[in-house]
Amino acid sequence: MSEQAVQLNRVSKKFGSVVAVNDVSLSIADGEFFSLLGPSGCGKTTTLRLIAGFELPTRGEVYIGQDLQGETPPYRRPVNTVFQNYALFPHMTISRNVGFGLEMRKLPRDEIQRRVSEALDMVQLPGMGERKPSQLSGGQQQRVALARALVNQPKVLLLDEPLGALDLKLRKAMQLELKALQHRIGITFVYVTHDQEEALTMSDRIAVMNGGRVLQIGTPEEIYERPANRFVADFIGETNFLEGQVTAGRPGEATVQVEDSLTIPVSADKAVGKRDVVTVAIRPEKISLHAEPPDDRAVAGVIEEVIYTGTDTRYLVRIGEQTIVTVRQQNVGVGEGASFLKGASIYLHWRLQSARLLTA
Amino acid sequence: MKTIGVRRERRKTSWVGRLLTVHGIAGYLFLYLPIVVLVVFSFNASRYASAWRGFTLDWYVSMLQDQALASAVKNTLIVAGSSTLISTVFGTMVALAMERYRFRGKLAFDALLYLPIIIPDIAMAVMLLLFFILARLRLGLVTIIISHVAFNISFVAVVVRARLAYFDMSLEEAAQDLYADEWQTFWRVTLPLIMPGILGGALMAFTLSIDDFVITFFTSGPGSTTLPLRIYSLVKLGVTPEINALSSLMLLISMALVMLSLLLQKGGGGGIEIV
Repeated sequence: MSEQAVQLNRVSKKFGSVVAVNDVSLSIADGEFFSLLGPSGCGKTTTLRLIAGFELPTRGEVYIGQDLQGETPPYRRPVNTVFQNYALFPHMTISRNVGFGLEMRKLPRDEIQRRVSEALDMVQLPGMGERKPSQLSGGQQQRVALARALVNQPKVLLLDEPLGALDLKLRKAMQLELKALQHRIGITFVYVTHDQEEALTMSDRIAVMNGGRVLQIGTPEEIYERPANRFVADFIGETNFLEGQVTAGRPGEATVQVEDSLTIPVSADKAVGKRDVVTVAIRPEKISLHAEPPDDRAVAGVIEEVIYTGTDTRYLVRIGEQTIVTVRQQNVGVGEGASFLKGASIYLHWRLQSARLLTA
Repeated sequence: MKTIGVRRERRKTSWVGRLLTVHGIAGYLFLYLPIVVLVVFSFNASRYASAWRGFTLDWYVSMLQDQALASAVKNTLIVAGSSTLISTVFGTMVALAMERYRFRGKLAFDALLYLPIIIPDIAMAVMLLLFFILARLRLGLVTIIISHVAFNISFVAVVVRARLAYFDMSLEEAAQDLYADEWQTFWRVTLPLIMPGILGGALMAFTLSIDDFVITFFTSGPGSTTLPLRIYSLVKLGVTPEINALSSLMLLISMALVMLSLLLQKGGGGGIEIV
């Protein structure tokens, strides 16, 4: 990680009595693909708007590069935005749209022309310059919005759910394309999305937000494998949550009593005391099913339901009296059906570090 | 029993339907027949409206040669032109202020803005006359223009606000994101996009100004006779075919302006690029 592109220093934003962004600090490195991920209303878009300058922080500092932004208006910030609804100027041609920023910066006409056509080539829309935005499809408008921002060679590109209005197939294709483009031109991307899969696919690092706060910042793998708390574990992917009391704990390993006759082994990063009430998180794909107990840590259960979902088969397994956990197994073979049938008595097994202790 | 009931009801409905159709036609005839008669008789070769004596354009020719009428037309155009220009600028500014900003007394201001549209012309006319007397302004073209501006601002503001209500604010943010300051944003993005609304409002103001009688009558002075006032004084001496011709012409112009205004308000979704 070289220089920083964006830094937020204990930034808060209030709208009346509503706190949209609450004491957020983060540092985004130069050339990084950084995502702000969270449910709607979590403050991710407001955070983006604070960087763009459309909102000014109630408290805290926003730096772009080394420069404190203060009350700098959006038109003096070295960032450009791709808006959620694209916000293309309907009364201008595609060329005029893309060249708008260069025109405002009073660049010579022939240079504007050259850079506009380069930008349109880059987003694979050559020769579309004379059309009006209304004559383009949603996916094409999206590309124009991207070209209009990138043609200015900003220090940081801000993207506010840019793929939100596209259908799934196009969305998936654009995700990869955007990622490749970012890699090629090396501009810092700050990407707002509520789609956890999108964030995992594209980002170098992700900040998970909820209720105006940043809950965790990390690489996709860190966020998925080592969620900091229950919200993150729940929001990213699918998770089994089991609540119970610690009955035995030593560094690295603990035992949690979920029900009277059900105790499970878990890993513990930090020391936990006996009798502590905790939540255990286990991803469905980290659990394996066995006919015979593979070791003395296996947990016995009965299959309640078998659900075929194409790539995977999902088993709902009852362990103890009333605890149900979801187990996911990839369908590796062809036409072999489920490995286990409904009603079968089986054993669940997971690696110790797959069962994570969450405190909140 | 049941079938008979249904049949009887159907017969009754068709009877009611026919009556409604006749009623509708009569209503339209009542509204438009006088206008048709007016236009038809502007081409009548006879000086009297009692009989049709063949087609002629003489009345249009003699109308165009009438010096007093020409000066009335000139006055009307001066009043309509300048009051439209002034009220369009101010009306647009009012609309922008009302749509974009929150300020103290906004609700009261909003209600006051609609007042000139609602209150009777005669009340407004008397009010303005009293104001001009108190302000010791000589009645003439200037006072007529001021009066027309007073009611036209409201109409322009209402039309422009309707356009602004659908304005996508992210377009202005996009412009500012692309290095356009507040002024450049306004001239390059906001104004072109609300231009259809502004032109629609201006055309409406122009139309209202051209055929205003009551307010103009009260606020005019010697030498500032406008077309409606001139027609009124001519009619007092008896309706001549020239007046028919004149009225037909005004009808045509008003209708064309209103149509254009409606067309601009409805269409022009893309906005109009100025630069």
